[in-house]
Amino acid sequence: MSDWKKSITPMVFPGKIAVPYTWTVGSTLSKFYCELRDNGKIWANKCPACKTVFVPPKVKCIHCYRDPSIWVELPGTGTVESYTIVRYEEPMLHPRKAPFVYGLIKMDGADTCMVHIIDEIEPEKVKVGMRVEAVLSENREGNILDISHFRPVK
Amino acid sequence: MERVAIIGVSQTKYTQNNPLTFAELVYQVTTEALEDAGITIQDIDNVVSVSSDFWDGRTISSMAISDASGAYGKDITTVEGDGTFGALYGLMRTLSGSFNTTLVVAHHKGTESNMKGITNTAFDPLVERRLGLDAISSAALQARRYMTKYGLKEEQFALVSVKNHGNAMRNPLALFPMEITVEDVMNSRKIADPLKLLDCSPVTDGAAAIILATEHVAKKLVPPKKCVWVKGVGHCSDAFRLGDRDLADTRALTAAAKRAYSLAGIQDPCRELDLAEVYDAFSYMEPLWLEGLGIAPEGMACEYLERGKFDFHGQLPVNPSGGRISTHPVQVAGLSELVECALQLRGEAGDRQVEGARTALAHGINGMCGQAHCVWILGK
Repeated sequence: MSDWKKSITPMVFPGKIAVPYTWTVGSTLSKFYCELRDNGKIWANKCPACKTVFVPPKVKCIHCYRDPSIWVELPGTGTVESYTIVRYEEPMLHPRKAPFVYGLIKMDGADTCMVHIIDEIEPEKVKVGMRVEAVLSENREGNILDISHFRPVK
Repeated sequence: MERVAIIGVSQTKYTQNNPLTFAELVYQVTTEALEDAGITIQDIDNVVSVSSDFWDGRTISSMAISDASGAYGKDITTVEGDGTFGALYGLMRTLSGSFNTTLVVAHHKGTESNMKGITNTAFDPLVERRLGLDAISSAALQARRYMTKYGLKEEQFALVSVKNHGNAMRNPLALFPMEITVEDVMNSRKIADPLKLLDCSPVTDGAAAIILATEHVAKKLVPPKKCVWVKGVGHCSDAFRLGDRDLADTRALTAAAKRAYSLAGIQDPCRELDLAEVYDAFSYMEPLWLEGLGIAPEGMACEYLERGKFDFHGQLPVNPSGGRISTHPVQVAGLSELVECALQLRGEAGDRQVEGARTALAHGINGMCGQAHCVWILGK
């Protein structure tokens, strides 16, 4: 390294990028969110070829690349396939204060899992295989947090 | 198909809060890789850069480092993903007939931004992003699913952290070389159960570069001892959404590995490989990927780990460099694995040299929880 570099303290410029976006939701997920917001229902869609049921619904079946054209209403219950207790705070990202639980929930009537928050239970008491049900938000705006969280089936 | 060789390599020492700019890092590894090959920038036909606009905090990030990579007056393109995928594109360009030599260069400064915020933006803004998921919390879901499927224990994952941080003691470029115990891992701060601090890789800065050349040009440019040959490559991707996959199912990796082994003529990877660099961004990933790679039967890799099979002096040393768990410059990481494998096969790996290494495997991932995999087999 050249000698002149030894006498330099490199500078650091702090910065932040904040750019507004609008994301088109598309007709498949718009139907899902409208049903959730307006009727408090969770809908999935089913591939007519391989019969796989997707929730949230998909534009194309991941196996057959066919339109999952059959709409199916789900009961909103499921089984915890995996979970984690998040211990770190990330207030810009997290909808809850840590510690809180994310679950991978195999939804009844569907072949896929939903990732969501598990609440109304002490985090340490959550178990794989536990039966849970969706709790809807009171003020629903048409997004994934219209399901406030999942809680153990009583 | 013409053979392709890696004829020059370089990587930085991996650090945090590195005072060099992105471009300075790229200048450094480009210059050193050319010196390693004993060629000049005029010998390079085209450049593949590996970077991510979100991590760099700028768009078209390849343009910003094009001068630094010596791309002025040449063709430069970018892969936004792990370095193994950047190298894959470089290989394809080299084999296309359009270019005889390709420089692949990756840079990353994780300490300049917020890893959780950036990996959160990898999730679908229409669904999971709003839940606040990131690389760590989604990996934790995968770790627990893997434990559940095969009845594995956190202590078994901790062995990976012990082994690889220990291996890093032999690697002067590693960020966190450490002699630790299973107890240290188990007692480290809980991050997202079952993951603790020492199950997670550190935010890291650094850069790496490799130079690829077709056989007829490689033989003209460099002496034979510099040539490390690409024996096979395979890549495959799984579903984007976490809930659409079984997170303990490694079908995409299995398919990628099968293609790579088939090209390389490998039938029994555990016996035929001399070392493997596997993408251990989190401790549990090493055994999970070893199973996907067919190096251990499903659910058995942890038991093999316990028996020392993957130790530095074991049957198949895995992550002799210290792995991603000790040093994790995202995007650079897979290219660094290729550099490590090349050095091993040239017998120039210093204290971390695996005796008599003739065939090596490098494995990279893209996307959350290993959505996509790229497997390389390199040989002498």
